[in-house]
Amino acid sequence: MRIGLFIPCYIDAFFPEVGIATLELLERFGHEVVYPHDQTCCGQPMANSGFNAEAADTEALFVRNFSGFDYVVAPSGSCVHHVRGKFDAIEQTDTVKEVRARTYELVEFLHDILKVDAFPWARFPHRVGLHNSCGTLRQLKHARPSELNEPFFSKPMDLLSKVEGIEFVELARPDECCGFGGTFSVFEEVVSTKMGYDKVRDHAQAGAEYIVSADSSCLMHQQGCAEHIGVPMKFIHIAEILNGASA
Amino acid sequence: MSTVRDNADDEDGAMLHPQLRAEHDPDAIIRDGRRLDHAEGRSKALRPQPPEPQPRGARVHGNRPVDQAEAAARFIASPEHEKMHDERLWDLRQKRDREMHGIPEWEELRSLASAIKEHTLTHLDEYLDEFEANARSNGVHVHWARDGAEHNQIVHAILRDHGATSLIKSKSMLTEECGFRPYMTSVGIEVIETDLGERIQQLDNEDPSHVVVPAVHKLRTDVAEVFSRTIRTDPSNSDVHYLAEAQREATRPLILKADAGMTGCNFAVAETGTFVVCTNEGNADLSANVPKLHIASIGIEKIIPRLEHLAVFVRLLSRSALGSPVTQYTSHFRGPRQGGEMHVVLVDNGRSERLGMEEFWTSLKCIRCGACMNTCPVYRRSGGLSYGATYSGPIGLIIDPTFNARKYSNLPFASTLNGSCSNVCPVKINIHEQIYAWRRVLVERHEVPLAKKAAMKAAGALLSRPAAYRTAIAAADMALAHLPRFVIYNGLNAWGKHREVPHPPKQTFHSWYKANRGAKQ
Amino acid sequence: MSSRDDILASIRANLPRVDRPLPYVPAFDDEPPASLLDAFKASLHRMGGMFLDPPAAGDILAPVREKIAGAKIVCSMVPEIRGNRDIAGIGAPRDLADVDFAIVRASFAVAETGSVLLSDADLRVNAVAYLAQHLIVLLDPADIVVNLHHAYRRPEFRDRRYACFHTGPSATADIEGVLIHGAQGVRSLSVLPMAGRRSAEK
Repeated sequence: MRIGLFIPCYIDAFFPEVGIATLELLERFGHEVVYPHDQTCCGQPMANSGFNAEAADTEALFVRNFSGFDYVVAPSGSCVHHVRGKFDAIEQTDTVKEVRARTYELVEFLHDILKVDAFPWARFPHRVGLHNSCGTLRQLKHARPSELNEPFFSKPMDLLSKVEGIEFVELARPDECCGFGGTFSVFEEVVSTKMGYDKVRDHAQAGAEYIVSADSSCLMHQQGCAEHIGVPMKFIHIAEILNGASA
Repeated sequence: MSTVRDNADDEDGAMLHPQLRAEHDPDAIIRDGRRLDHAEGRSKALRPQPPEPQPRGARVHGNRPVDQAEAAARFIASPEHEKMHDERLWDLRQKRDREMHGIPEWEELRSLASAIKEHTLTHLDEYLDEFEANARSNGVHVHWARDGAEHNQIVHAILRDHGATSLIKSKSMLTEECGFRPYMTSVGIEVIETDLGERIQQLDNEDPSHVVVPAVHKLRTDVAEVFSRTIRTDPSNSDVHYLAEAQREATRPLILKADAGMTGCNFAVAETGTFVVCTNEGNADLSANVPKLHIASIGIEKIIPRLEHLAVFVRLLSRSALGSPVTQYTSHFRGPRQGGEMHVVLVDNGRSERLGMEEFWTSLKCIRCGACMNTCPVYRRSGGLSYGATYSGPIGLIIDPTFNARKYSNLPFASTLNGSCSNVCPVKINIHEQIYAWRRVLVERHEVPLAKKAAMKAAGALLSRPAAYRTAIAAADMALAHLPRFVIYNGLNAWGKHREVPHPPKQTFHSWYKANRGAKQ
Repeated sequence: MSSRDDILASIRANLPRVDRPLPYVPAFDDEPPASLLDAFKASLHRMGGMFLDPPAAGDILAPVREKIAGAKIVCSMVPEIRGNRDIAGIGAPRDLADVDFAIVRASFAVAETGSVLLSDADLRVNAVAYLAQHLIVLLDPADIVVNLHHAYRRPEFRDRRYACFHTGPSATADIEGVLIHGAQGVRSLSVLPMAGRRSAEK
């Protein structure tokens, strides 16, 4: 498989280790992973604030960078949801539709496409709280949301359960939003941070040493909140654990 | 298992009474930056604490955009109120979940409810016709009101014709929408709310904050203060049973001597001309059955085709709202009683126009259960009054702009788009998608601040230019300064006010890749 | 044009041009409970109502007589029990303001929710079920339907002018979520299972 690696702007800038882990992880399965140099962003920051026209050039650039791959994989659920589910500031040519349909978030790619059933190189003997970002949970359907009367399933938990030593804690509010919400984190910063404090306290009270998520934006916000109120907590992206990161 | 303590506990594990460790305790003796506590007591203080004052709602100035964030910040700055409110409503959400798990056909019921409503709305004129014909043949007077003002005038005329000067009523969000009580006051009609939460709010001269539990934002001490002022209860007694009983005793005589009664309507059945009102107190039944004259306000979107459809909605309503299988009272009114008179007022007030909005007409399916408010993490921490509108929470975000796009232009941004609301909605309104759609509409209509527009344009320009983008994020401190600004217009300060900024890494992914995996591909 | 015409015209101009057929609504009665009476009792109890277990032998109405023993004013709409306030003599609902106990026979009940259906025919004066301090309901166990889908097939909804599901007593939790019984209406609701004579007045 020829995979185009999409590393969103905020991971590029703040969490390069997540990008590195994603790249190495995909390579472990023997695929050709290409990182188009001229990539930037998926257009979500503008589009989510209602500025769809302002997202057009960015979206067009994304398509130019990522056409021609078997799959485009990104370690970010919100970006992938934007590409697959919205991404309509530009004309929907066949190329555009093709790129959009082939764009996957890392967990769903590993679970649904590669159907990975083991991570023999991975060991993480710690108590972790799993945080499913709202985009991956309810839009990309990573797991069953607690609001619905449907059978339970969880793709990230399926993958993480294959990591030796890992232990999941049980949260009081497993899928309440952590309060990042993109521009919400700044426009409604008091509510946003209160939600973040509540979220990290829930994890802390449940006994988590680490909060793990497939979305670094949530982790970035939660880490900022935890540090501000002095809740000792470590944060890690799922790609890092699956790639064999140690504590 | 090690438990992580948050900084509410002191070092040896015991918690000092909150009063004793208040940050600015004037009685504290500080040495070297630390409070001396070697002989301090840890028992509860004997002197009574003044109750936390109730945070008031959004500051509304005419047509100026309501600043929900400001009001939300004040709510959060009242920690007892915020904590009670958040926990109370989260509890309702959990009770709802428990009910849901007891009904294997739950998701099917939601689909049925949604389909019935969408069918009805796409044939709304026919079903309203049918409802009116049946209601009239049952002896009910049917009136039509284009807007809130006309509704108020019609009701006033009916009351005047009967020489009525006092009116008891049960809860109706439609009447709130119409500004009914202020109008009645202006024409000298005394209106008495009989729903406990609505009565509290009426006596406090404050709007209801939630469609089902109107005073959910108030602590018992707030209610004690209101009642002591208005129905002369003991100001120092905030026992809930005492307060509720006092209200019952104070209201019963008013119910007995009222000239007329008014209710809202949860569902109106076209097939039989019946309208249904659901309450837990039985106050709709008192309002309708004690006075001779009964007037019901009915939004035109409340119509459902047949009796059999009622089962679907009644099964979903209270489970979604309060986590109980049904309300204590489900009242079906089909005609006036012997010697009585029954009037219904069918109200449009923007609903027919909303029907024509391609992205938003399905918001008319709403059955006013409040489940979206209970699950919304923003609503629970902000309080319903922070929205400055009749309808708050997620449903408010998508219908308030239809009443006034300018005044409510900030509301669709008071959301993280997390989607929980859409999942709990018994009629499957895609609320979070409509919130997103409203953002686009408001931008297109220029109802957003110019500074924000400029920032978004700048972000769009930078993010579509690869070389410029790479330069911007290359240096770690430049990245910290620039990147959050792509997505904001307030500047870094807003992120860092109550939260630490991300730690700058040694290099970007771009740089790492270039250094470790070769040049541009 | 009248307001009615205006509104209907506005609706017609704005009707969404999409096809949305009316769905078929099943009765969801594939797995009914073994005993409708037991299911009703459990639901009633959950909603704050009381179930009066009739004695194994002797006067079936004993639990009711016991309840109303100390009451001042009892208004009975059922032939089985005599009260001291005649409902037929009531001029206006406010004449019922001092009633301690109202006794009525339900038209039917719903196992799913623990509700009893009281209609204008059962109550004679509707307000009695709301002004009385306490409500006692006689219910024929043969008149329990499994769920609300079955309930809405009943003729009461077509031929009565007023019909109300009572599910436990009047309640509210409007102040800090504290549960109160007797918010505005009755403080208690008790159900006695008892087969009824089909009264001619019905």
